[in-house]
Amino acid sequence: MNSQIFSLIKREISVVLRSRSEFVYPLAFFVIVTSLFPLAVTPDPNQLAFIAPGVIWVAALLSILLSLNGFYQADYEEGGLEQLLLSGVSGSSIVVAKSVANWFVTGLPLVIVAPLIGVSFNVDAHSNWIAMVSLLLGTPSICFIGSIGMCLTLGLRNGGVLLTLLVLPLFIPVLIFGASAVGAASIGVNYSGQLAILGALLIFSIMVAPFAGAAAMKISID
Amino acid sequence: MWTWFFQLASPKWVYQFANKLLPWFRAATVILFLVGLAYGLLYSPMDYQQGNTVRIMYIHVPAAFLSMFVYVLMAISGGIGYIWRIKMAHIVSVSCAPIGAILTLLALFTGAIWGLPTWGTFWQWDARLTSYLILFFLYLGFMALHSAFDDRKTADRAAAVLALVGLVNIPIIHFSVEWWNSLHQGATISKFEKPSMDVDMLKALLTMIVAFQVYFFTVLLQRVKAEILQREKLSSWVRKLVIDQ
Repeated sequence: MNSQIFSLIKREISVVLRSRSEFVYPLAFFVIVTSLFPLAVTPDPNQLAFIAPGVIWVAALLSILLSLNGFYQADYEEGGLEQLLLSGVSGSSIVVAKSVANWFVTGLPLVIVAPLIGVSFNVDAHSNWIAMVSLLLGTPSICFIGSIGMCLTLGLRNGGVLLTLLVLPLFIPVLIFGASAVGAASIGVNYSGQLAILGALLIFSIMVAPFAGAAAMKISID
Repeated sequence: MWTWFFQLASPKWVYQFANKLLPWFRAATVILFLVGLAYGLLYSPMDYQQGNTVRIMYIHVPAAFLSMFVYVLMAISGGIGYIWRIKMAHIVSVSCAPIGAILTLLALFTGAIWGLPTWGTFWQWDARLTSYLILFFLYLGFMALHSAFDDRKTADRAAAVLALVGLVNIPIIHFSVEWWNSLHQGATISKFEKPSMDVDMLKALLTMIVAFQVYFFTVLLQRVKAEILQREKLSSWVRKLVIDQ
């Protein structure tokens, strides 16, 4: 059972890594979107430090949202997903494998790049560190929750727009606690509560998403 | 008892049953609204701080309460339809969504007009208001997802899964005023404690809550009837019904 999930994860990651450009897109999107804010809002360092947590978190949400499609759509259209299900792999392990792979390929690079963005936004070192921790706890939940929406919209013509409508409301709790942990750290208030809730949300989404995603996948496929 | 229960799964039987119930529900809606509105707007006392503004509560509270109830009903009947593949449960679930969305919008809107004189702002991004706005988005997502599929059965099942996932939000809305420091006040009516409001206000509010509830069931029955006709348009009993009229 475990080795099955591991081989699925390995498969997903190698599929993405073989088309290198695709895996760079979300990261490039993240960097470009965040760099638009100093140009659009204000180049003033103090105000940038103030809006940084929100900007980093929203950009991270959106770039993961964009990456979801790559993990499911091609597999769905080529019939790979159907073959996996027919070969007896359970839908929930497919969802787990895809979400974990998605996090490794999209979420983890975001976590690593975020401090750079933070520095350019004049965020102090401690808050930058907390931003990394909050992204580390929050982005996996985003990958898992997003997979539910992705499975629901598989094979729809306007799936992309609908996907945003379905999953962004579900992302809101993660966004609120993620950004507020960084905000609290930057004004020197205790932020452990927010991080604990992010962890709880992560556990909850890992518990729920595989089953909801598998149910949705089966609906989309038959 | 059980035959009655099983009959609920038959669209034809439900259609006829709804026809029998509807006149009673319509009459009850009109009477309850007349009594409740008159009581609430004319005969209940003013609030000592808010003045007449408090009367917005007689629309706001029932709409907010009901919109959450409708969501739970929508998710549960969607879940029943998903698990046991019952056509009627999906019909109820799908019919709930637009009513719930409108009620949510109504509660948000009345809350905003009440907020300006009382809190000094239309909107505040606090826990209760934000989680309630998510409820509105969930309703919209449910309707959008349902209309995105060409095949109705797939649409029903996919929307049901989404409704069940969104159910997480309901306790968050309910407890948001206790878990966070919210501008929104806590619950005034509780099952276990004495309500912290004037008896006349309470009576008017409870009448309005019942009125909204009955109104919801009236509209729901109407929508369910329309949905049944649309889905069963090829069956012989619907044809016969159309020819007879």
